[in-house]
Amino acid sequence: MKFERFGLGIAKGLTVTIRNLFRHPTVSQYPEQRLNRSRRSRGNELIWSREKCTGCGTCAKTCPQGAIEIITSTNLAENKYEVEKYQVDTGYCIQCGLCIEACPYDALYMGYAIERAKYRRGDLVQSDDMLLESAERPASGYYHPEIARKLPRQTLLVERINEKR
Amino acid sequence: MALAALNNIGTQVCRQAVPPDWPGGFWWHWLFFTVVLIIFVLVMVMGVIYIERRGMGRMQSRLGPNRTGPFGLLQPVADAVKVLLKENIVPANADKLVHWLAPVVAFSPVLLIFAVVPFQNGALLADLNIGILYVVAVSSISTVGVFMAGWGSSNKYSLLGAMRNVAAVVSYEMPLVLAIVGVVLLAGSLSMNQIVLAQDIPFILLQPLGFLIFFIAGCAEINRSPFDLMEADSELTAGFHTEYSGMKFAMFYLVEYAEAVAIAAIITTLFLGGWRGPVLPPWLWFIVKVIIVFFVMVWTRTTLPRVRIDQLMSLAWKFLFPLALINLVVTAIEVLALPAALLWVLIIINFAILAALIPLWSKLFFKLGWGRLEV
Repeated sequence: MKFERFGLGIAKGLTVTIRNLFRHPTVSQYPEQRLNRSRRSRGNELIWSREKCTGCGTCAKTCPQGAIEIITSTNLAENKYEVEKYQVDTGYCIQCGLCIEACPYDALYMGYAIERAKYRRGDLVQSDDMLLESAERPASGYYHPEIARKLPRQTLLVERINEKR
Repeated sequence: MALAALNNIGTQVCRQAVPPDWPGGFWWHWLFFTVVLIIFVLVMVMGVIYIERRGMGRMQSRLGPNRTGPFGLLQPVADAVKVLLKENIVPANADKLVHWLAPVVAFSPVLLIFAVVPFQNGALLADLNIGILYVVAVSSISTVGVFMAGWGSSNKYSLLGAMRNVAAVVSYEMPLVLAIVGVVLLAGSLSMNQIVLAQDIPFILLQPLGFLIFFIAGCAEINRSPFDLMEADSELTAGFHTEYSGMKFAMFYLVEYAEAVAIAAIITTLFLGGWRGPVLPPWLWFIVKVIIVFFVMVWTRTTLPRVRIDQLMSLAWKFLFPLALINLVVTAIEVLALPAALLWVLIIINFAILAALIPLWSKLFFKLGWGRLEV
């Protein structure tokens, strides 16, 4: 005779809810309370380094969306490519990270910031200096463990339930 | 000191049903208690909505509304303001008069119930000698309002929800009333005030089975989860109030929680000793007990999933109804044959009957189905 069918099951369920009542809720109040994201998270934007880029165009070839446009000219005096235009349409970007993995010179990073929404479609097309790393646009540790080491550790909801609210 | 002072004021104001020194005695009494009851119901409904939303949130590991005012205390006010400012839409094919009347017909009986609920010894609008019978009679009227809403909306979901409600109320009225009869047998009176005065120990100890039946049937009667079939949002959008908006929707919302408070108040009066309790003033004890009962309703609501319509009917007719009959017979035997028995012996007997009956009945007699499958 299983007593689960005669009310014991209901009693067990009731203990679960009452235990939840006296526990801290596992939610964070987003705009005020922020959790640290994964250090290897892939944010909204790409970070590009003008110094390291050689204009080889590997990133543009790897991009499955064709979101990267790169125009170079030949610098015969120094025997290298000059990047004239480096443009990413982040509206097409699917944050797959293939360009970062493909770049032979570590000139590309995923962005770590996630709150980079724009009001106009045109703002999503970023080029040249807009793509450089800045305080609002830190680089993510994706595919770059040396950057990941410097970023704050990820916080989980279960670790933050000691916070009183 | 403060408590004692409050207590004194309470007893002085509410000592007698008709204060002899008031000019026009009865009408002053009537005015005082009408105003107090309306304020009580509205304030309790707001408090109870707050308790439900916050408590339910915490039980589901959420926070619940916490933005409006300190701790989200003003959320019911914000909701009310929002709802009042909404457009009042009446469907083109609706039965306009019925559609308009339904919220009022649903709401007024709930207020009427509170007329006989004692807040303190003798502190009630009308100390009817048939108080509990009056409650039983009046509380079912709001079903008419709900059915009017379902019919008047000319919407299949509304009508289905309203029909489910009528079916549930008709079925659950039986065990509800039979559970009340057990209490009445013990108390020897139908007056709510006399029932409270008769409870030297709360009747929940002498009538555990009756309390369980009354609680379940009460929850089903006012359509709270897990019996909220008539507004099952996954099946019937919002049931009978699908076509209601603005103030009329607010009325139905009010009815829902006022009914919950009413059932909690009746359970408090019948089973938990009403306003009786140590230290605190009686009316505070009453409110505290009502809130505790309501909290248990919220607790079961968060825990249990909604039942199917056939399960709802089977539970009423095949489980609660026979158990209520057995409870009634047992209580009658106890009252007649063992009037001099020690209280604790009766308590043990009653709890033993509860513990034995529920597994036995559900094992041996309670079966779902047995009927036509296509129903």
